[in-house]
Amino acid sequence: MPLKVRRIENGTVLDHLPPGTAPLILDILNVDVERTTVLMAINVESSKMGRKDILKIEGKFLEEEEANRVALIAPNATVNIIRNYSVAEKFKVKPPERIEGIVRCPNPNCITNDEREPVEPVFIRESTDDLEYRCRYCERVIRAEQLRELLR
Amino acid sequence: MLENRHVISVRDFTREEIEVILDHAERMEEVYERGGDDRLSGKVLATLFFSPSTRTRLSFETAMLRLGGDVISLVGKEAASTAKGENLADTVRTVEKYCDAIVLRHPKEGAARLAADYASVPVINAGDGANQHPTQTFLDLYTIRKEKGRIEGLKVGLMGDLKYGRTVHSLAYALALFGAEIHLISPEELRMPRYIVRELEEAGAADVEEHRDVRPILGELDVLYVIRIQKEMFPDPEEYERVKGSYRITRELIEEHAREDLIIMHPLPRVDEVDPDVDELPQARYFDQVRNGVVVRMALLDLLLGGEE
Ligand SMILES: [Zn+2]
Repeated sequence: MPLKVRRIENGTVLDHLPPGTAPLILDILNVDVERTTVLMAINVESSKMGRKDILKIEGKFLEEEEANRVALIAPNATVNIIRNYSVAEKFKVKPPERIEGIVRCPNPNCITNDEREPVEPVFIRESTDDLEYRCRYCERVIRAEQLRELLR
Repeated sequence: MLENRHVISVRDFTREEIEVILDHAERMEEVYERGGDDRLSGKVLATLFFSPSTRTRLSFETAMLRLGGDVISLVGKEAASTAKGENLADTVRTVEKYCDAIVLRHPKEGAARLAADYASVPVINAGDGANQHPTQTFLDLYTIRKEKGRIEGLKVGLMGDLKYGRTVHSLAYALALFGAEIHLISPEELRMPRYIVRELEEAGAADVEEHRDVRPILGELDVLYVIRIQKEMFPDPEEYERVKGSYRITRELIEEHAREDLIIMHPLPRVDEVDPDVDELPQARYFDQVRNGVVVRMALLDLLLGGEE
């Protein structure tokens, strides 16, 4: 029997997250867990994906661009914006144009891997392929699935 | 269009912008021939070389001096001890107070982009690890256009290590932007990476073809650009011994197979991939590239520092 997760009044529901990824996604979205009510369901049954995670964040309305940051980990995530207990807006995440800070560059000789330099890794999506990113610094092209493994 | 621009990667430039540089270099020929002028008098160029390349540094410094500017530089042991003492971001924020433009060569990929993030004066990348060296590409394009009158539609052979060769990736990309027909000639082990080949097609190359042997295609080429194959790049040393002969340009090969109006280019320094007795052939252009490098860098420095386009 599918698990029921309590409804939220106002906020964002992220659904169809791969099982076990909800804590990481919470981290990527910079949710202040000390001040925010978060409902997290891990490894629940899903008709579409077998198992999935669900994340409900009370009081936070995710902008599309912000939500797209989770696409790296959860490419099929859906985002529901909840107002007054009902879905006010619904969209699927898209691969972000720019990934900043959360993934390290796989090139050991990239300047972003030099701990002395004040620089965060930045990856820009290739215009020709949604699933390829280029390091803004060393210019290496990296597939999105490889980036997923490089999350810091 | 180019005043105060950073010059970090060929991919930051459109074809039109590269043409502005090449056109300006054409005008700079006459200045170069009469020994220079003083249009950059009062301007200071800083050359920071954290990895050695005497050739490149001298070329930039000559270009600046020929236009009446001054040069300060950080090289060798001094550069090494600076790098030990502080990070690149701090060095750049200090040096920019002394100068009007910075030329940087650094062993780490992405170093020039980082420097540009921190500098308010233009930064020119003179090599960041195995990544980019855009002025080499500009001077290569300039040499081709000068010799052939155009780049679009030319059949250009790139031969040697196409996998790791830094200059060849940016050159191939730029040739594609200009609509050249690109022939990639390399051993199987050192083929150009797939994603770059795909990119060449998307960037506008008239055609991209791969070859294991230069002979069948040599007679059709307008330009043959030769790059060194390093033994260390081969997983198997025997394999290297087996293929290296096929990627060497000899006098006989050129005389037998090449067109009279072929031009042979090489980024230099060479080891043994172009025989010394090719030098006297009418096709050899690699020492002209060195000369053109100064002209192109003069043009670039002038444009970055506010010269009329
Ligand atoms: Zn990188």
